[in-house]
Amino acid sequence: MAGGSGPTGRGVTISGWGASLPETVVTNADLTTLFDTSDEWIVERSGIRSRHVATGPFVPGPDAHADVDGVGTTATLSIEAGRRALARAGVEPSEVGLLILCTTSPDQAVPATSAAVAASLGIGGGAMDLNAACAGFTYGMVAAHGMVTAGLDRVLLIGAETLSRLTNWTDRTNAFLFGDGAGALLFEAVGGDDGLLGWDLGVDGSLVSILYADHDGSGMVMKGKEVFRRAIRATVESATASLERAKVDPAEVALFVPHQANWRIMSAVAERLGIGEDRIASVIEHTGNTSSASIPLALVEALEAGRVHEGDVILLAGFGAGMTWASAVWRWLG
Amino acid sequence: MDNAEAFDKFKECAVEVLQVAPEQVTPEARFADDLDADSLDLVELVMALEEKFDINVDESELEGVETIAQAFDLVTSKL
Repeated sequence: MAGGSGPTGRGVTISGWGASLPETVVTNADLTTLFDTSDEWIVERSGIRSRHVATGPFVPGPDAHADVDGVGTTATLSIEAGRRALARAGVEPSEVGLLILCTTSPDQAVPATSAAVAASLGIGGGAMDLNAACAGFTYGMVAAHGMVTAGLDRVLLIGAETLSRLTNWTDRTNAFLFGDGAGALLFEAVGGDDGLLGWDLGVDGSLVSILYADHDGSGMVMKGKEVFRRAIRATVESATASLERAKVDPAEVALFVPHQANWRIMSAVAERLGIGEDRIASVIEHTGNTSSASIPLALVEALEAGRVHEGDVILLAGFGAGMTWASAVWRWLG
Repeated sequence: MDNAEAFDKFKECAVEVLQVAPEQVTPEARFADDLDADSLDLVELVMALEEKFDINVDESELEGVETIAQAFDLVTSKL
């Protein structure tokens, strides 16, 4: 399903952004103490040199939420990123009409982690979690944009994960991929131009078996090669559809912000789209794959580095377990 | 399409995806040792071959494929 924007007189802009990473950094060399691997092997296959983690064998102490307030590691990262986005925009939490928390690693089965995050931040309106795996944040952007278009003045969108909790730390084939973190964007109504130029969302639930984690704590199961090639194809097709709907040529894309799953996938997708590697926003080298948090982490780092200018066209595209895929073309309104 | 023609098409894909010289793409060349190609390079090559030859190759069929000749046989078995 896809869409482009039309003239409505009510536009949507991104007025605030923020990120948060847990303190503990695990290098590839650290991982050699857990299983047979090497820095060279991991870098070659993924582009990842280190990742931040909030739980797991390198973090002392238990990973428990507090029963009284429901705040665990995913909520803690969300709160910090959300607070930074609100401060950047100069907006009070009470002025936010909806919090959407994109996560595939909530702190509890019940309730949604967004409840604790909303309470801690002091969000004025409602809150919900959204899970579309690694495509989640782009799904969230389309949903946040839609809610502002529908009448809310401000929606806070956060992507946050504690993937270290879903990692099988004995699986040398994929444990090196995952990391934790959070990124947040504040969507606000503006008169006139709209940021969202085109989008595309999709899912093929017949592919659940190639990437999943069960509730039993056994961790992430992934058929790597199958995910690799399907990810490249799905992302290219989705991004192409969004660009066509937005009537934007790949040459006009100032910044490509792909889901940070694996540098090999990111560069293969960019090459097929005709987007030079210098236009890719990448944080994967120091974050690993942070699922719903990866796109906002990369976008926030690019914004902080001054890589985004008023009028720039940004292409965001992700894919994930399900398999899900999603892309959006966004004009930075400044 | 005869065998020589198919191998030329196969070679074009290998040269482009693996970034090697055409003369390196010989039947006995080994992906890992001679062409510096790892498992993900092989997946990318198969993706290109699927598109070029309009075939489908399952991940399980790649197990044990170590040489250009083995990969080429896999492709021609599907034509």
